[in-house]
Amino acid sequence: MGDLKMISTHDLNKTFGDFVAVNNITFDVHQGEIFGFLGANGAGKTTAMRMLCGLSIPTSGEATIAGYDVYKETEKIKRNIGYMSQKFSLYEDLTVTENIRFYGGIYGLKDAEIRSRSKELIQTLELEDQRDLLVGSLPLGWKQKLAFSVAIFHHPKLVFLDEPTGGVDPVTRRQFWDLIHKASDDGITIFVTTHYMDEAEYCDRISMMVDGYIRALDSPSQLKKTYQAASMDEVFYELARGAKRTE
Amino acid sequence: MWDIRLQSVSKSYAKDAEKAVNDISLHVEEGKLFGLIGPDGAGKTTLFRILTTLILADSGTAQVGGYDVVKDFKVIRNSIGYMPGRFSLYQDLTVKENLRFFATLFNTSIQENYALIEDIYKQIEPFNDRRAGKLSGGMKQKLALCCALIHSPRVLFLDEPTTGVDAVSRKEFWGMLKNLKAKGITIMVSTPYMDEASLCEEIALIQEGNIMSVNTPDEIIDQYPEMLYAIKSKGMNQLLQELRNSELIATANSFGEYHHITLAKQGTKDLLIQALSHREDVELKSVRPTIEDCFINLMSNG
Amino acid sequence: MKQLLAFIHKEFLHVFRDPKTMLLLFGLPIAQILLFGFALSNEINHSKIIVVDYARDASTRSIIEKVRASENFDLYGVFNDHQQIEETFKRGETKMAIVFPTNFNQDLIHSGYAEIQLITDASDPNTATTLVNYFNMLLLDYQRELIEVQEMPFNINLSLRNIYNPELEGTTNFVPGVMALVLLLVCVLMTSVAIVKEKELGTMEILLVSPFHPFMVIISKVIPYLFLSIVNLIVILALSVFVLKLEIAGSLILLFGVSILLILAALSLGILISNVTNNQQTAMLISLMGMLLPTLMFTGFMFPIENMPRFLQVISNIVPSRWYYIIVKNVMIKGLGFESIWKESLILAGMTVFLLLVSIKKFKIRLA
Repeated sequence: MGDLKMISTHDLNKTFGDFVAVNNITFDVHQGEIFGFLGANGAGKTTAMRMLCGLSIPTSGEATIAGYDVYKETEKIKRNIGYMSQKFSLYEDLTVTENIRFYGGIYGLKDAEIRSRSKELIQTLELEDQRDLLVGSLPLGWKQKLAFSVAIFHHPKLVFLDEPTGGVDPVTRRQFWDLIHKASDDGITIFVTTHYMDEAEYCDRISMMVDGYIRALDSPSQLKKTYQAASMDEVFYELARGAKRTE
Repeated sequence: MWDIRLQSVSKSYAKDAEKAVNDISLHVEEGKLFGLIGPDGAGKTTLFRILTTLILADSGTAQVGGYDVVKDFKVIRNSIGYMPGRFSLYQDLTVKENLRFFATLFNTSIQENYALIEDIYKQIEPFNDRRAGKLSGGMKQKLALCCALIHSPRVLFLDEPTTGVDAVSRKEFWGMLKNLKAKGITIMVSTPYMDEASLCEEIALIQEGNIMSVNTPDEIIDQYPEMLYAIKSKGMNQLLQELRNSELIATANSFGEYHHITLAKQGTKDLLIQALSHREDVELKSVRPTIEDCFINLMSNG
Repeated sequence: MKQLLAFIHKEFLHVFRDPKTMLLLFGLPIAQILLFGFALSNEINHSKIIVVDYARDASTRSIIEKVRASENFDLYGVFNDHQQIEETFKRGETKMAIVFPTNFNQDLIHSGYAEIQLITDASDPNTATTLVNYFNMLLLDYQRELIEVQEMPFNINLSLRNIYNPELEGTTNFVPGVMALVLLLVCVLMTSVAIVKEKELGTMEILLVSPFHPFMVIISKVIPYLFLSIVNLIVILALSVFVLKLEIAGSLILLFGVSILLILAALSLGILISNVTNNQQTAMLISLMGMLLPTLMFTGFMFPIENMPRFLQVISNIVPSRWYYIIVKNVMIKGLGFESIWKESLILAGMTVFLLLVSIKKFKIRLA
């Protein structure tokens, strides 16, 4: 884990009218870290994540992503991050290789680079026989793994994963986390949200958002100690139970 | 008495497509809380749609409450409650309007079966005049459940009621299901969350259209064929790699704080501790498998 | 029955709570009528006209002077021969020509009778009629002044010639066209989208699973839109009568009767579309492509069907609005009775029954 801060926010705020969606959140994510971003429904996770991705301008506060300012340098931010969510993944009517080529293209990779990287990617995912199949015909688990690989295809410094494993079977879910660990070993910083509490354990550190605030931020083992809980499930329940706000 | 009965039911959506459900047979006794446990695309929704008379199976027969889903679909439609995967409410109608509409639709009134929904409805009653679209996920889920219960159905079908809902609301929801079961309603519920399986009386583990196992959660866990250990140490990710490469280990899967492992023939607990002596803070203990362990085991051996 | 009422009530709530639906329902017809109406018949100022004066006497001079002074006209020029007229018309520089014959003043004084020829570019029939009316008023004014001075009876007659569109097609005909268009759009689009919306929302599953008969679902969707379409019809007619000053020559009951026939045909089409589609975009696309285009093309109020190639004329026969358009034109504008439209009505009724039967037959009591 480097000392370089991949995400650094200070009193970051987002309000919609009277509604404070994100309330003065301050936290850092270090390079190479797997950072779990948890919270109840409506706690403000999505809004916060949008600001960090450069999709939404904060109301006040400071934040830099990969060293770039979220107010002024959103274009540079976008070039240096990857993004994947459960909902948005790949074009179902394009083949595996077409999808890869497309994403490589929009990030401005050279043809030769795209070729060599996609060969490597297809090998890692063992998709050699499926490379010319439409993505729509692949099982969900494969799609998710492919979507993740595509999200880090341009070797971003930081990748945002929004509930990447929702509804995926337990074996694929673990394979997915293998990919995350591998990316992390390669120095990519991971920022991930999830509803599965066992996955929270795989993160180096976790933040818990409740009603727009970050209520807790620590390593899983430290959180369990603090809240005298046997599992992350209990920690979550303890913190989110008092939530007033719901979506 | 069986309330739900499926006999070798198969269904595929296109001619050459793989079967969405493949030769499925199962029975649910009256008054039971039955769980269909499986990931997206396992065929849970298809099963629900066959049982709620919304689609026809290609082959096999199915009965609900003793009635055939094809011949007696009208009788069945009168006696079941159904909550489809996406909470089906009118977003532009208020809580009260939704509830009243569904009550009238089922030829009843809110008052008539108030006792049944009272506990749940009381929690959303303060928002009576709020439009359903403006409710939180947890409240929508409660309203949808009220709407499905309004006519006091004999059998209740709930398709992934807890998907996308946070842990707190999920816990509450299962509490409500327990209360409903106590009132004698047969409930079939599906979920992709393996940890919810233990909250059902009986479960079917389902994957790619096939049922891998049907039993009580305890029985399924008892049938786990191997001795299961949980292990942890510093550097969990590297530990996992090491375990996978070790000849002493048959399977190794991450499970939250620990990795769950089964030993190979030549492996013993002592040998393993020896082999890992170079690692810091090694902790190894035998554990009772979870449903997720069983699911993984059945998946890789199926 | 109670279920049906509850359902219809719910349907109205959906409509009234969605500003976009309301806009489409009531904004569209109003906008259409006003657009067509005012773009065509608004007060016209400073229209360029050309004068051909063969007489060049005192009377023609004073009339030309009046034209020059009028706000409504801009005099393009006074010429000696006809040739200029066609040329400036073709270049779109003038819209009307006033032609004074030789001996205009003499005729007027000696026989008390003279003739002025007006030639209009009737490709824009509304402007043409308006300009003629303006000139007529101007002429009456002139005649009043003459009486005061000369105290003798006389008569200036206007002979009218419309070129490019001698029948003045289009003046009032767009109203029946808009009626057909709006009714079809509202009914087909609204019903198909309303039904498909329930599929998208997943509520269709609950409705089908309920004891409410599936076909009643359709009926309860149809009734509100039938009602709203009739309201729409009234709005269109009221606008035409009170804003555009169009008189309804024939029987109002007959007009409503055939309109309901068209509405039913359109509703059946909407149900059919909703049966084969699963999302709102597709439903909308099919409705627009399937209804808007043929209605615009083949109804006859935009492009005269008689001028179309033969095979397009044949195709136009299967478009219900074509028959509706003929009926409404006859009833509303020409004031004809049922005996003159029974053939078209029968065709329309046949289409309605056919569509209704097909949509009932195709209706599914299950999901896919």
